[in-house]
Amino acid sequence: MHNPRIGLIIYLFLNSSRVQKKRAILTVASIAWGTLSLLLLLAFGEGIGISTSTAMQGIGKDIAVLWPGTTSLVWQGLPPGRAVRPEIEVIDLLNKRVPGLFGAAGEIQRYSAVIKYGKIGTNATVKGVTWGFGELRNHIPAPGSRFIDPMDERLRRRVAFLGDEIAKKIYGNVDPVGKELLIEKIPYTVIGVMMPKVMMGNYNGMDKDQICIPITTFKAQFGMDRLHTLIIRPDHPEEMGAVLEGVNKVLGTKYGFDPADKRVFGTWDTVESSKSQRNTMTGLKIFLGIIGALTLIIGGVGVANIMYAVVKERTREIGVKMALGARRSWITGPVVIEGMLYTLLGGAIGLLMAMAAIVLLGCIPTEGNEALAMLGKPTLSVPIGLVSAAILGFIGLAAGYFPARRAASINPAETLRYE
Amino acid sequence: MILGSFFNTQKNNQKKENDGVISLKGLSKVYDTGKVKVEALRGVDLAVYSGEMVAITGPSGSGKSTLMNLIGCLDTATSGSYLLRGEEVSGMSREALASIRNRRVGFIFQSFNLLPQISAFENVEMPLIFGGMPKKNRKERVMDLLERVGLSERMDHKPTELSGGQMQRVAIARALAMDPDIILADEPTGNLDTGAGGDIMNLFIELWEQGRTILVITHDPALAKRAPRQVEIRDGNITEDIRRN
Repeated sequence: MHNPRIGLIIYLFLNSSRVQKKRAILTVASIAWGTLSLLLLLAFGEGIGISTSTAMQGIGKDIAVLWPGTTSLVWQGLPPGRAVRPEIEVIDLLNKRVPGLFGAAGEIQRYSAVIKYGKIGTNATVKGVTWGFGELRNHIPAPGSRFIDPMDERLRRRVAFLGDEIAKKIYGNVDPVGKELLIEKIPYTVIGVMMPKVMMGNYNGMDKDQICIPITTFKAQFGMDRLHTLIIRPDHPEEMGAVLEGVNKVLGTKYGFDPADKRVFGTWDTVESSKSQRNTMTGLKIFLGIIGALTLIIGGVGVANIMYAVVKERTREIGVKMALGARRSWITGPVVIEGMLYTLLGGAIGLLMAMAAIVLLGCIPTEGNEALAMLGKPTLSVPIGLVSAAILGFIGLAAGYFPARRAASINPAETLRYE
Repeated sequence: MILGSFFNTQKNNQKKENDGVISLKGLSKVYDTGKVKVEALRGVDLAVYSGEMVAITGPSGSGKSTLMNLIGCLDTATSGSYLLRGEEVSGMSREALASIRNRRVGFIFQSFNLLPQISAFENVEMPLIFGGMPKKNRKERVMDLLERVGLSERMDHKPTELSGGQMQRVAIARALAMDPDIILADEPTGNLDTGAGGDIMNLFIELWEQGRTILVITHDPALAKRAPRQVEIRDGNITEDIRRN
């Protein structure tokens, strides 16, 4: 006899007296509004998350940046406090010797070099870089251009790769590729321009304002051959620690310091910092989700409220059904279904509104506005849909359950006697 | 479900004395409102036999409604025993009581208590649906019942489209639907004019003659006098139990 008889519950639901239309519409609207808020907040969280991780990778994916410093440990009779200044050649050495290394690159900077093109003159940071620098530091050449290659480096060619901003500053809307450029009075040929990128975090300025030339050419022109920074990328981001130890071992042997000396290089491990960035983003998403869910709960309270009113209005009807032998679930079932229905209908409308809003927001151009670019494009994803559906379902169930319990506790004897 | 036997007017008027439908022993009911305890019934003993028609009378507040609620399994007694067709009802679960109300008791109320948004047909059908009767049998059954109370023509009408007397007829058809052991009528003519009330009373007499067991609560003396047995309640006790022949 414990057959719940779903068909009967649906029949009873369809045949119970109807709620006033206006009330029902307002209730559904409050749920729709709550759903819209929840979805938009989560979608913005997702958008910010995506643009942040893109921006985090603007400087390069899974890299570590090393600044040579001084030793801090005694080593083979040598005192601490000795400066370590790696030469350009150590990049080849590292690429050959360090296991698990995807690639290493080195750079030397010259700040405020005088740049000239025809009558236009400016100052910019010029970086002498090894050819692997472009890939590691995410300097993607715009279509029709290229980054510095091994031949440029070996032949000490006078070629330059420009950041997108400096290129615009010097050449305006003209394509700079193939044009000539004077760096400290020495002529260079522009071979490439960087694709615009969002960059969060930098050292020594933004890539878009800088000019890259082959490190060998740089050495020939400026006479500097000690690396200012080394860029390291492991094959797998989780092996960063081991690879950095490998780098220390190779360079420790070459320059005579203890490989265990962690303070020879100042290190920026972007894998580590993007991990904490991701945690912050997760925290932000949870926070936004909670705000959205709270808004939705207000809608749920509305549904519960209307269902309480419905149960009160139907007291006699429910009493009659009880007298005719209705079981508890036949009384509670239709109330729960009705509460769920308002919730799900509101949820569906909220979803449609959210999708429309996101399409509209997607039409707003973000180019040239960094704040908007960082806000990202709000994005609805499958997890967001599942989370929202779960919250909605829970709220709908709760909003129907408590009024239904009230319905089941009605004493038929009291409701049936007189008008 | 014995479809045939229901309309068998041949059925007895002379059930044996020991053929008890209702047997109450020391039944009492106390309403505890927290501050005050109200003793609505004080140890009532009553036996109703199959085929009897009993009018229960008494002033308001005498406990007759409480008695009806207990007999109809809408409420449970504080103490005492209630056997319905030999089955102990006191102490049953809510679900079991729901099932008893469905199969064993047919209710008729002063205010009809039809479900307003469904037709006369569907109102009569409701207890059959609760009882789990298959759809194809239901239709025939409901048609028979409505014909029996003279409302076949109006089966598609909603309660609001019916007169008081017609609504009460639908309610009677509904009460008979599951072929219950007892019919419980609570002031069935209270909301009707004299003519319609008389018709309904005649219908009850007719049902009684067909062998139904009927309990009618009323404080209309004329109506009570038409019943072959009259039980009077005062202050939660049975004060009179008259049988007329």
